[in-house]
Amino acid sequence: MRLSRGRLAVVHVVIACLVFFAWWLLTETKILAPFFFGEPLKVVRVVYEWFVTGKIWPHLAITLWETVLAFIAGSVLGLVVGLWLALSPLSSAIAEPYITAMNAMPRVILAPIFAVWFGLGVLSKVALGVTLVFFIVFFNVFQGVKEVSPVVLANARMLGASRRQLLRHIYLPSATSWVFSSLHTSVGMAFVGAVVGEYLGSAKGVGYLILQAEGTFDINTVFAGIVVLTVFALLLDYLVTRIEARLLVWRPKTAETEAL
Amino acid sequence: MTAAAAAAVAGHAPAAALAFDAVSCTFAARAGGDRYTAVSATSLAVAPGEFVSVVGPTGCGKSTLLNLAAGLLATSSGEVRVEGAVLDGINRRAGYMFQADALMPWRSALSNVMAGLEFGGMPRAEAEPKAREWLARVGLSGFEGRYPHQLSGGMRKRVALAQMLILDPQILLMDEPFSALDIQTRQLMENELLELWSANRKSVLFITHDLEEAISLSDRVVVLSAGPGTHPIGEFMIDLPRPRDVAEIRMTKRFVELHEAIWQVLRGEVLKGYAQSKR
Repeated sequence: MRLSRGRLAVVHVVIACLVFFAWWLLTETKILAPFFFGEPLKVVRVVYEWFVTGKIWPHLAITLWETVLAFIAGSVLGLVVGLWLALSPLSSAIAEPYITAMNAMPRVILAPIFAVWFGLGVLSKVALGVTLVFFIVFFNVFQGVKEVSPVVLANARMLGASRRQLLRHIYLPSATSWVFSSLHTSVGMAFVGAVVGEYLGSAKGVGYLILQAEGTFDINTVFAGIVVLTVFALLLDYLVTRIEARLLVWRPKTAETEAL
Repeated sequence: MTAAAAAAVAGHAPAAALAFDAVSCTFAARAGGDRYTAVSATSLAVAPGEFVSVVGPTGCGKSTLLNLAAGLLATSSGEVRVEGAVLDGINRRAGYMFQADALMPWRSALSNVMAGLEFGGMPRAEAEPKAREWLARVGLSGFEGRYPHQLSGGMRKRVALAQMLILDPQILLMDEPFSALDIQTRQLMENELLELWSANRKSVLFITHDLEEAISLSDRVVVLSAGPGTHPIGEFMIDLPRPRDVAEIRMTKRFVELHEAIWQVLRGEVLKGYAQSKR
């Protein structure tokens, strides 16, 4: 059975409400201890107060700013290094074990080091986000360049494209299409970098709010922070979907039919 | 024409637009395989304005021959001459139409046709009207903004044709360009190609495995042996009158005679090629 978009949205909302209701019921009846599991109504009140008093905005702004910076820096770095290594077999042969090693390393443990290097401000979170975003973009660009159709490439050469023009008109568009296909993951990772960075040491941001609330065993505020982060992660994801649709109009969608 | 005239003044016979001079092409061994000689000791010339088709069994190295002429592949021995000069690097006098889709999928039809002019440094404002004109000439007015995946196979071939012809190359290299099309579209495209060609005669080297296509289009048909080490084993002048309609000409008596004669030569090679592919 298939559902229309409207009905599907209704089902989604109903499921969310049911989960919320079950949570409320279980904590209200003390089957789950409210001290550890929070109380949904209080969580809602905290979120409401954050937005009404405007207390959340500076924190949210910092977190989103860190996300955007980490995303842009990580993507640009990944794109440049990916193109370079993919087009230079020697450099890629030399760099390969290091890239693999760095990618295998759990990068979250770098957060304290970045805090020491770059301080407790925005920069250390951006650095953490960059290490997460970089590898996703890098591997996609690398793959994208390797998979450029040899026929398209030969055709461009026959049409008189110089090496620079091949880079600009063939490799780059091909690689960016792969970057965009990883956009959802990399924006998500930039967000993770920002929040985890804040959580491990900061003076501002939603991660910082959660850390503070945890310090005073205020479980409702912790949940409120999680709710706000989730909603904004969804918004970011939606934004990415819109951007992707605009930039990748040339890409065939599966089972697309169109009257000519 | 100018190159031919210059050669005549210098006291030589007019240089062929494209000439293979004892060309061989051997591919280095891949892991677990032997060296493979795709083309061996091939000599072949295409005169200015001549339409030459090359037929041969599948997998015999026809495309290798074309890639050598385009300068996409280097010869192992012998040389390729373009208007008398030895070819080194990409053949700038030639346009290449590939068997597979070669359009840039991220560019619209118009932008694909413009690509060559753009690479050559022509300003957009100047290149765009030319590209529109060429799209119109291949019957695709109104499809300027479409991306390749939004076009049918036949339309993509037309865009590729316009993309190649807009640069006004003196030599056209065509690698089974219409083999992926259905028979009706294919005959339409063949007629259109003949029409465009007769308006402004270029030298054409046309690769195909379809003998009927080869005869109906060409001035001359060259038969290649089965691989490895393919080389020409027969040459036939096609003295059918022009202008031709590729569908109608197949019914004429002369066409059938020529088909018969060429098939006699080609048949043995096709069987050899088939036996090899089964092994």
